[in-house]
Order: sequence, then structure tokens, then C-alpha cells
Amino acid sequence: MPRWGMVIDLAKCTACQACVVACQTENNVSCVEPEQAAMGRIFAWITVLPEVKGIYPRVSMAMMPLPCQHCDSPPCIRVCPVSATGITPEGIVRQTFARCIGCRYCTNACPYTRRMFNWYKPEFPGELRQALNPDVTVRPKGVVEKCTFCHHRLMQARERAAADGRKLAEGDYVPACVEICPASAMYFGDLEDPESRVAEFARSPRAFRYLGELGTDPKVIYLAEGEWAGGKEA
Amino acid sequence: MEKRLKSSSDALGADALLLQPIVATRSSFYHLALILLGFTVFAFFGWLHQLRWGLGVTGLNVPVYWGFYITNFVFFIGISHAGTLISAILRLCHAEWRRSITRAAEVITVLVLFFGVGSIIADLGRPERMFNVLKHPNFHSPLLWDVCSVSMYLLASSIYLYLPLIPDIAILRDYGDKYKRFYTFLSIGWRGTERQRRILNRAISVMAVLVIPIAISVHTVVSWVFGMTVQPMWHSTIFGPYFVVGAIFSGIASLIIAMALIRRIYFLQNYLKDIHFNHLGTLLLVFALLWFYFTFSELITTYYGHDPAHLLVFYSKLTGRYASLFWTMVVTCFIIPVSILGRRRTRTVTGTVVASLSILVGMWLERFTIVVPTLSHPRVPWSKVFYSPTWVEIGITLGFGATFIFLYMLFTKFFPIVSIWEVREGREMAMQEITERVHSYMPGPAGEHSPGPMSADPSV
Repeated sequence: MPRWGMVIDLAKCTACQACVVACQTENNVSCVEPEQAAMGRIFAWITVLPEVKGIYPRVSMAMMPLPCQHCDSPPCIRVCPVSATGITPEGIVRQTFARCIGCRYCTNACPYTRRMFNWYKPEFPGELRQALNPDVTVRPKGVVEKCTFCHHRLMQARERAAADGRKLAEGDYVPACVEICPASAMYFGDLEDPESRVAEFARSPRAFRYLGELGTDPKVIYLAEGEWAGGKEA
Repeated sequence: MEKRLKSSSDALGADALLLQPIVATRSSFYHLALILLGFTVFAFFGWLHQLRWGLGVTGLNVPVYWGFYITNFVFFIGISHAGTLISAILRLCHAEWRRSITRAAEVITVLVLFFGVGSIIADLGRPERMFNVLKHPNFHSPLLWDVCSVSMYLLASSIYLYLPLIPDIAILRDYGDKYKRFYTFLSIGWRGTERQRRILNRAISVMAVLVIPIAISVHTVVSWVFGMTVQPMWHSTIFGPYFVVGAIFSGIASLIIAMALIRRIYFLQNYLKDIHFNHLGTLLLVFALLWFYFTFSELITTYYGHDPAHLLVFYSKLTGRYASLFWTMVVTCFIIPVSILGRRRTRTVTGTVVASLSILVGMWLERFTIVVPTLSHPRVPWSKVFYSPTWVEIGITLGFGATFIFLYMLFTKFFPIVSIWEVREGREMAMQEITERVHSYMPGPAGEHSPGPMSADPSV
């Protein structure tokens, strides 16, 4: 069985945020009004995290795309009182919108703050409503949502492969963020398959997992770029 | 002229005074009830508004997903430890001075639990789905442990409130002049026979023993909601006992305030005496010291651990954004109470009430400074947004407090808030019992009761 994982090469990432926009459109992530954004209620399944290091004038900034880390031992799943979130056999951390009671315990237990809560009914003004992706549920108000590694794309890829009478090959299934990345800084594939590119990168001496010291075993693996290597677990 | 019951004063003598709140109601009761219900209506309106639009109408944001509601949840559940725990411990220790205060304490427990549960429901994004916790329970979740232990606590403390109420309900059935059918039903055929008394006392003792571990588990589990995550300054082993101590602390404080009000409004100075306030004040003093000990231990281990993520939260409390709340908490939970309660001269009714009010403010702040600073400083360097509540959250908080006070007042209008039969029993039997008990501790005169070789005459 595959174990889906992502590799993000920080040396190649230009922090252009194309992944953020691609995710937004692919997954019907709702738009947030400026007043809401000012309150901190920004909606994004993947975000580019800035980290300022040092104090002026000796200051530098590092940027890091941060999707759900799809931990192998996710702190969010344990705490959900109604099992509205779980991990698929292939390692994707999922959310069942129809069951979630909106207690936001998972959002607080996630050390990466990668879970979003629908404070209001999601709004898609004007043309955006017509641009909704029919493959992805539009969430109701009051539930938690999160990155799914574009799980619907996996289903489609499986069906296509089955129709062609072949097994799922590398590159058949990639999430929208990986597909769009103009700098080709993101890779996606099966970590179990030793031949896959992600498995190869995962063995690189540059590879580290964000906040890996917490024992969450993320399946998003970063390749260090100078600054990020220090201080973070390799 | 106020209405009085003729028949009861014949049978109960001076203790008929305890039935007076049920017999006659002054107009000030209705005025106060109206004001309190005003808050209730306002809170209900706020809740409807929140149901209509979503939790967006609160001040909550990313990453501060929990705020006033969860603070209130911990606070109310904490206060619930007033009753059952204190009353059960005093009963088991045969503390004679408990007799007139246990009822007032037990009612707090049962009523305030509803507002603890209510706070959680107010916090849910989809309250209409709350029964999913029964349909799809995940026993790994500390929140589900909460559901289990709080409902068990509600059940146990309701029984524990009801059992000692039965003989008093029978008094109301026999001497009261209203709701006869209601009291007859609730008194389940109590006639006060020797056998009935024996069974009742036995049942009360069993419940008192049962209720203590349940009460302790409740607040331990509440603390584990935070402790079981890896978030900075939540992931702490001290949280269980720390929360239990804080709970009993705020519980005693609310009991003192309730007793002072009851005594003043219903002229029960003869039942809730200064000595009760003095004793409870001493207990409160002990818990103020314990509270300081736990708070200090928690902070100093965090400081020496020097984990940057923890320190961020630590400094936000001590010197940063939450410093004013934190230091107000230290003053109201420790400095004010200890300076008042530490001296016998100021451990009066007024003194203990002032200390208790200060503690209630402080303990609410303690819960707030546990919930919010951690959430506003997550491990990922998040943009700096701060949480401040909206009118909906403030309205629901005030409404819950007011509704609790209203229900408590209502209780005093249907049941005696001081246990009549226990006070009478104390008057009849306690003296003899205590004399016997003290005799049993006393070393007898030399030579008496000295069988066995150990106590043999040394001269032999």
C-alpha cells in the first residue's frame, strides 16, 4: 500500500505563493473579507510561512510553504471526540465535514496550526461561484476543514488507471500545489516505494521534518536551504 | 405582616424559620429575579444570533480558537467542586459544623454543572450535532472523557443532593400549605422510622464516598483537555492536581458568598454563624497557599526548562500582552485573600466574602490565562493577532452567571436551603456522640484498659 508524501525543496522555492492560489481554486477554499483577515481569520490550506530571524540590521527572512503535514501520528486525530477526523490506510489525514461538531479541539491540538474553522458560511462572490470545483465539497459553516493532499485527485487517478488496466504510476496523482509550482520545488509520491523521487529525497542529508522533535512523524519533508537547516531537526 | 405557618412552628419550634423562605416571598425577590432573567434573555438572544451566523460573531480567530466559552467551562466546572466535595469530606470527617452548610453547597454543584455543559454547547460550531459524541464516540479524546465524567458527576451529585433532602421534603409535605402533591411525590413515603433513617444514613455515606473520586476525576479530566496536547505550557503533568486545587479553591469561595447572602436575606444568622465563615475562611486560606505553590511550581519549571516555545507563552504572561491579567490574578488569588484570611481578626463574614469575591475574579482570570496565551503563541510563527471577546461572548457569560443565581434563588423557594432534619439531629445527638468520640481518643488513667504484655507494669 502506498504512503503518500510530499517533498518541498526550500532551496528552489521562490515563495511566489502559486501553490496557495492553486489550492484555493482546486479545493473551493472560501474567500475572506479584509475585516475578517485583519482578525486573523485567513483561510488557506497551504500557506507560505515567513520566519524572521535576528534583529535589524542583522536580519534575514526565510519562507516556507506549509500544508497539512499529514503526520503519521497526528495529534489532531486523537483528540477529536466524534472521530470526525482520521487517517486513511494510505496515510492521508482526512476530515468528515458531516460529522464534525465544531469543537475546535483538533485545531488547538495541531502544533502546525494547519486546520481551519468555518466561522461563517463560506462565501463565493460573483464569478467565483461558477468557478467552484465540482469534485470537492463546499463546506458548511461551523466545521473544521484541512488539506487533503487533493484526495479527489487520487480517486480520479485510480479510476483512470483502472480504466486503462494498469497500476497507478508515479505522476498519475499529484496535488494541485505540486502541479502548479513554477519553480518545481515540490514533489509528490509514494514514500513506501524506494524507487520514487520523494523516497529518494527523504533520504537526502538536506531532508528535515518541521517540528519533527514533537514526534508527529510528518509526511511532508523539507529539503533545507541554508537558514532553515539550523535550529530545525534534520 | 408576613405570612407564617402555624402548624410548622408548633412542630419545629424555632427551626420553622428555615421554612420561611418557602412560605413567604418578598417583593424584592421578584425584582431581583426580573433583573437576572433580563440577563438570561439577553444571553439567549446572543446565542440565537450566534446560531444564525456562526461562531464568526465571537472574537475568536486563528490561532485563538478557544476563548471566553472554554474559560467559562473550566470556571463553572471548577465552582461545582464547592458542593459535593466539601460537603462529602466534611460529612465523612463527622465535622459537626457542616450540618447547616452542606445543602447550600450541594445545590451549587448540581446547578452550576449545567452552565459548564452549556458553555461547551455554546462553544460548538454545530451544536445541533452534539449527540455525535454518543453516536460516534472516540474514547481517545480527552473531551469524551469529559463528557463521561461530567455526566457521571451530575448524576452522582444530584443523587447526593436529593438523598438528604428527602426528610425535609417530608416536612414540607406534612406542614406546608402548597404543592402538596409535588412534595408527596418527592418524599417517596418518608415517615422517619428507625429503619428508614438507618437506610438513608447508609445511602448518604455511600454516596459521600463515591462522589469524592468522581469529583476529583472531573477536574483532572478537564485539565487533561489541555494537558494531553503538545502545546506549549499546556503539556504539563502538574495540570491535574493544579486544576483540582483551583476548583476546590473557587468552590469554597462561591459557597462563602452564597452562605453570606442566604444568611442576610433569610435572617439565618443563627444557623450560618460567624464560626462557619471562620472555618471556611481557614480552609480557603489553605487553598490560597496551595494555589500559590502550584502556580509557582508550574512557572519555575517552565522557566528552567527554557524551551523557546514555552518561554514565549511564559513571557507573554509575566511581562507581555497578558501581564496585566496575570498579575491581577496573583493579587486577587493570593495577596488579597492571604492578607485577609491570614489574621483571625479579619476572618469575619465581611472579610471572607471580600476574599471570596476576589478569588472568583482571580480564578476566572487564571483559567483565561491558561487557555488564551498558549493559543496565541503557537509553535509556528503566526501573525500577531489578539483575541478580545464580542458582545455575544460577554452576554452569554453574564447570562450564564445570572441564570445560575436565579435558579439558586428559585431552589431556596422550594426547598429549605439549610437542612432542617440534620440540624435537629445534630442538636439531639451530636453532643453525646462527640463526648463518646473524644473519650475514645483519650488515654485512660494508667493501668486501665491495658491488657497484653506491651503495657505490663515496668516494675515487674
